[in-house]
Amino acid sequence: MTELSKIRNFSIVAHIDHGKSTLADRLIQSTGALTDREMKAQVLDSMDLERERGITIKAQTVRLEYTAKDGEHYVLNLIDTPGHVDFAYEVSRSMQAVEGSLLVVDASQGVEAQTLANVYQAIDADHEIVPVLNKVDLPAAEPDRVREQIEDVIGIDASQAVLISAKTGLGIPDVLEAIVTRLPAPKGDRDAPLKAMLVDSWYDAYLGVVVLVRIIDGVLKKNDKVRMMQTKATYQVDRIGVFCPAMLTVEELGPGELGFLTASIKQVRDTRVGDTVTHERRQTDKALPGFKPAQPVVFCGLFPVDTNDFDDMRDAIEKLALNDASFTYEMETSAALGFGFRCGFLGLLHLEVIRDRLEREYDIDLITTAPSVVYHLHLTDGTHSELHNPADMPDVMQIDRIEEPWIKATIMVPDEFLGDVLKLCQERRGVQLDLTYAGSRAMVVYELPLNEVVFDFYDRLKSVTKGYASFDYAISGYKQEQLVKMSILVNDEPVDALSIIVHRSKAEMRGRSMCEKLKELIPQHMFKVPIQAAIGGRVIARETISALRKDVTAKCYGGDATRKRKLLDKQKAGKKKMRQFGKVDIPQEAFINALKMDG
Amino acid sequence: MDWQQGGFGVYVHWPFCLAKCPYCDFNSHVRAGVDQAAWRRALTAEIARVAAETPDRQVDTVFFGGGTPSLMEPETVAAVIEAIGTHWRLASGAEISLEANPTSVEAGRFRGYRDAGVNRISMGIQSLDDRALKALGRMHSAAEARAAFDVARGLFDRVSFDLIHARQGQELDAWRAELSEALSMAVDHLSLYQLTIEPGTRFHDLFERGRLKGLPEPDLAADMYELTQELCEAAGYPGYEISNHARPGAESRHNRIYWRYGDYAGIGPGAHGRLTLQDGRTATETLREPMSWLSAVTEQGSGESLRESVSAADQATEYMLMSLRLAEGSDLARYAALGGTAVSPDTVAGLEEAGLLWQRGSRIGATRTGRPLLNAILRELLA
Repeated sequence: MTELSKIRNFSIVAHIDHGKSTLADRLIQSTGALTDREMKAQVLDSMDLERERGITIKAQTVRLEYTAKDGEHYVLNLIDTPGHVDFAYEVSRSMQAVEGSLLVVDASQGVEAQTLANVYQAIDADHEIVPVLNKVDLPAAEPDRVREQIEDVIGIDASQAVLISAKTGLGIPDVLEAIVTRLPAPKGDRDAPLKAMLVDSWYDAYLGVVVLVRIIDGVLKKNDKVRMMQTKATYQVDRIGVFCPAMLTVEELGPGELGFLTASIKQVRDTRVGDTVTHERRQTDKALPGFKPAQPVVFCGLFPVDTNDFDDMRDAIEKLALNDASFTYEMETSAALGFGFRCGFLGLLHLEVIRDRLEREYDIDLITTAPSVVYHLHLTDGTHSELHNPADMPDVMQIDRIEEPWIKATIMVPDEFLGDVLKLCQERRGVQLDLTYAGSRAMVVYELPLNEVVFDFYDRLKSVTKGYASFDYAISGYKQEQLVKMSILVNDEPVDALSIIVHRSKAEMRGRSMCEKLKELIPQHMFKVPIQAAIGGRVIARETISALRKDVTAKCYGGDATRKRKLLDKQKAGKKKMRQFGKVDIPQEAFINALKMDG
Repeated sequence: MDWQQGGFGVYVHWPFCLAKCPYCDFNSHVRAGVDQAAWRRALTAEIARVAAETPDRQVDTVFFGGGTPSLMEPETVAAVIEAIGTHWRLASGAEISLEANPTSVEAGRFRGYRDAGVNRISMGIQSLDDRALKALGRMHSAAEARAAFDVARGLFDRVSFDLIHARQGQELDAWRAELSEALSMAVDHLSLYQLTIEPGTRFHDLFERGRLKGLPEPDLAADMYELTQELCEAAGYPGYEISNHARPGAESRHNRIYWRYGDYAGIGPGAHGRLTLQDGRTATETLREPMSWLSAVTEQGSGESLRESVSAADQATEYMLMSLRLAEGSDLARYAALGGTAVSPDTVAGLEEAGLLWQRGSRIGATRTGRPLLNAILRELLA
């Protein structure tokens, strides 16, 4: 265990490509956590890659031993966090687990949107922030301009910014010194009852569930009996340790330290990010503030393209759910798609991560249906219920009123893009609550219906602001709205998996857009295929896919028999990636792409 | 034996060209100084090798394709035909075709080909428009083509020629005029292909880089196909296959062996064969690269690069793929006997109702409407 005054806990905030991974590697290397031989390029980057592949979206920590210029020996804990609005809560917990941040900015590129989104989280967590200007060795570097920009845009003092080149190693000793001298030591009471924050957890094939904790007060030892205050579960700790970056078992973890515990926990589902870990015998009287149970806000149907894959899919979903507490599922039956699952997610990225894992790790081709939010239905008989799936919408005669979830969204954007952002929010039925300026940046606060945001709002926002906007939101409550169910008919047959719930004022526009999209997405058939959008029995939009007129091989002689046969086999395999509705083949990606709005 | 319903033909591949055409994905190579005597020996050696495996067969047809077989010396052609007659047995009245480029130089060899036994010439005229010929990378002019065609018509009873349509910048009316002229010249057979951009060709390269401009939209290409059927029918050259038109009785018997899924021997580099041997129907292929083939034949006694037995199901599929190209269609009974998974009667009925397929007894075939959609029909039938 290390004395509090000799511990520094920090995160690195940076825009992609600004050198976060390279800096982390240099810190690891120059403190000797890994020998040069062990040091494969970009230790943290390999984690990024995993994240990109959707395998894990988890916090990572590295413990560094450092002897400072004052001759004292320090322990530096670096925590690396994911950065997406879907995981805003998880990131906020990671940020709460450390006291300071290095803000890494490319000295030629300057501050970018992603930097801002993350730096504001660091500010929210009361971090001390040390600006670090990277790539100062490049000819295009303009450290003075970037320093000024940091002060203007973010509003923190950058006069003492550390100038480095993570690539050449220039300035790395200064970074280490700055961590020690400028970041605060953690506080905590060794003699108080154990109080630790559950920062993150994941499943390890050999160890079971590994729980990342930050000790606030007290001391955690092997064989301790601990209690999770939210889930009320108790466990006997069988191993504690730190990441160096390899796992290293230690005797105890004291206040201010970051480390892991294992305790024969079977499922990640049993651990909750933000929960408070304490001793069973001598409990802390107050749990840590800010705990939020994971609550899915986006639902969609997942169906196997090949109905024979259903059992495999069920196994895969059950396995995934063990390792992800924030994801829910229940069986769903669709007239169009057969058996599948209605799944709930934290947001769209989370949805994509889970879907990609099912497809890649379990090799199951999936159809994803339109994402939906949770509606509150008040029926004429006085009962009410939650609606997760447009297909389950009761007859309009039975509905007294429908309420939909609204969010409070905070968007930061350079003022040159403000007009486009306001227009986008307005189009999505937004109500402006606030608009303020900090330097040349605007902060707008909008109330928006979640169902307008859930699908492609973030993508659109990024596109209209060239990536310079940051976006965060929280559910603000439910409101009664004029909502209708819009059905899509393909070749005169309703396809339930394509129906959506939409505001009456937007129905026609959405209907037209979906019909146009489907016209592009569904291949031509040998006959005309009408596509209609309808509310109740009333058609509000219509497109027709013209009949295929020519699809024939001009030349086919003796040498072509094998080639033609193989081509046909390939086409048959392609057809397996489509689902047949009546006589029409619909490609799997059409279900989700039909919803995308271009502008 | 199943193959007997299609017949037996010998395909001879001559892989050399004076220049490579930008649309052509056939096995063709530009080489100077081809040693014709060496090739003669190699081709006849291959004939002997394949004939030893299929003894006592009567050869119904021989086809010299390429490349440019009209670059063969007549002595080479004569030697090949003689070897086929010696190692197998040439049917009386066997059809012996040779593909020829319509240049004056090659026309000078036509008489020699006739004396060697060739009785049908298939000319790669491709277009009767000089600008189009240039765009297609052809080395002859329209006038030269007409002159060569006249020479062929004076020497052979059966002359066919090829035209390519749905070319860059081609309008429907221009094709109507060109095809009408062709029909007025025609002897007994026309092959009319829509331009297809095949991988591995220069056109494909250009196409991928967005530099092949003016290709007709699918609707215009469909109109051109339809117009082709109408004009040819009206002139007495009904389409007996997707891209082939003939006066009744003047169909290419050799090509019909492929479409009727008969047996065929592939002689020369990159030639494919289907041979019913002791263990059933076998797909064969020879080395594509001319010099590799030549040295393999000379030094190892065989140019074969692949030999694979074709499963019952694959035979049935191949039969269907090939035979539905013909106006006479396919026999579902033969398809089933070969081992094809049953074609759903509902699918057939649905396609018939949509006017794409006809059914008479156990035979089915693509209708005039269905023909340009044959690939889509096959996907349904063989799903």
